[in-house]
Amino acid sequence: MCGIAGLHLREPSLYPRLGELLTGMLCQITERGPDSAGIAVYGDPRWSPPGQSTVSLLPGDAGAQEIGTALRERLPEAVVVDAGQTLVVHAATDPGALVAAVRAVAGGGIVIGQGEDLAVLKGVGHPQALAAEFRLESAQGWQGVAHTRMATESAVTPQGSHPFSVGPDQCLVHNGSFANHATIRRELRAAGMTFDSENDSEVGARFVAAQLAAGYDLEKSLKLLCERFDGFYTLLVATRDSFAVVRDAIACKPAVVAETPQWVAMASEYRSLAGLPGIENARIFEPEPEEVYAWQR
Amino acid sequence: MAALSTPLEFADGRVELAEPTLVDLAGSDVRALNSALHAVDVAEKAPTWRVVNPDGRHNIAVGLDADVDVVVDGHVGYYCAGMNKAATVTVNGNAGVGAAENMMSGTVRIRGNASQSAGATAHGGLLVVEGSAAARCGISMKGVDIVVGGDVGHMSAFMGQAGRLVVCGDAGDALGDSLYEARLYVAGSVKSLGADCVEKEVRAEHLAELAGLLTAAGIDADPSSFRRYGSARRLYNFHVDNASAY
Repeated sequence: MCGIAGLHLREPSLYPRLGELLTGMLCQITERGPDSAGIAVYGDPRWSPPGQSTVSLLPGDAGAQEIGTALRERLPEAVVVDAGQTLVVHAATDPGALVAAVRAVAGGGIVIGQGEDLAVLKGVGHPQALAAEFRLESAQGWQGVAHTRMATESAVTPQGSHPFSVGPDQCLVHNGSFANHATIRRELRAAGMTFDSENDSEVGARFVAAQLAAGYDLEKSLKLLCERFDGFYTLLVATRDSFAVVRDAIACKPAVVAETPQWVAMASEYRSLAGLPGIENARIFEPEPEEVYAWQR
Repeated sequence: MAALSTPLEFADGRVELAEPTLVDLAGSDVRALNSALHAVDVAEKAPTWRVVNPDGRHNIAVGLDADVDVVVDGHVGYYCAGMNKAATVTVNGNAGVGAAENMMSGTVRIRGNASQSAGATAHGGLLVVEGSAAARCGISMKGVDIVVGGDVGHMSAFMGQAGRLVVCGDAGDALGDSLYEARLYVAGSVKSLGADCVEKEVRAEHLAELAGLLTAAGIDADPSSFRRYGSARRLYNFHVDNASAY
């Protein structure tokens, strides 16, 4: 069991409230995954200011200060935001150059997110404590995804936590377990891909990233995932301009979608959605099995 | 939570029921509500209840075993009215997974939609879903009557053993898979039938049974518009020729 909550805002006047709303949603899925948690936020000015690139990092042995000092020798304007178990780095350079600089100074660190608008923060611990550690409540932006994990397929580590962000401004969260992830991981490794964890969901994220890189849109990429992956899954996948949900054919992992002219929200359980403004007039439905639901910004 | 209300007893023996006991779940927890509903004298002292602000909480009004009437205003979470016995529970909203699961008797009415496994393993009583029910509606049903105003999802009535499932809309894939003896009625299309489930003739007694169920559910539909499905009884006992059907 894991918990998923995501919010895609259409109404710009709600952007300043993204973190507050997402925190409320996350608190309601705590019981579904109390061992670790993570969030992905699109468009927060603290983490990913407009016109800059952002890299999210699990820093390994080095501390924020050490990484910041070393990084500024290469990129004098780089800013390191300490968000607990995750560091978020931003600088006015292209994402590739920032990733290279971060990797060069953070030897044992793992890059867990990169792009122009996306910050990924994750860690091990109680989801509500992590939300406080991330200062999620004050986050802003147009889109956010939260996940609480109850581990079944791999160890409870920060890098094994969701969201998995393995392509530019992409993120994926998963409730379920893929049955054939080892086979697909082997194929992707043979094709030259490297993995950060033994988590089955990371295989799904890398598969989707490969389809997007090949030029397919998110909807088609998720249809291809349904064809290739066995097992149980409810997935919420986001890019900087899309927000998509898909469930496996058996559809035993729960999902509820609510939609209003102001926002689209998806969660494992309705109680995560109950506090959203205007929920009383939302169109509420459960996604059908193997049907991809996608919304564009 | 408001205190249990007491009926007003007049000198001439007339008894007037007081206002429903109001429980606001925004300021109280589900355990306290259920505990009050389990009081041994609840049917005499507080026969009617109104629960507001459920906000998708789980286990609302589970394990009731007295003739009480509970109305919940809003959407509920998992297992609402599970194990119900004798009570009438109405949800003015949607229900999460397993509404009225393992119900023994009484009536549960969901005015919106119900998530998967509504009425799972239920032995008796009546479950009405006025909207649609998701996958596995009536899974392993053991005597309950279920009437769904809209559609049901895949694998509904899977391994059903007894009872009746009435679907006024469409049924998803594998309806009645591995069915024992439950009787299934569907007015709309059936995407596919599960293993050992077949269409059967609708006779006069079935029309009468359907009319009774629709009336009990308060749903206006023409019994003659339904088709009946049931078990072909080929999988009751293992036979090697049927191995591929298991």
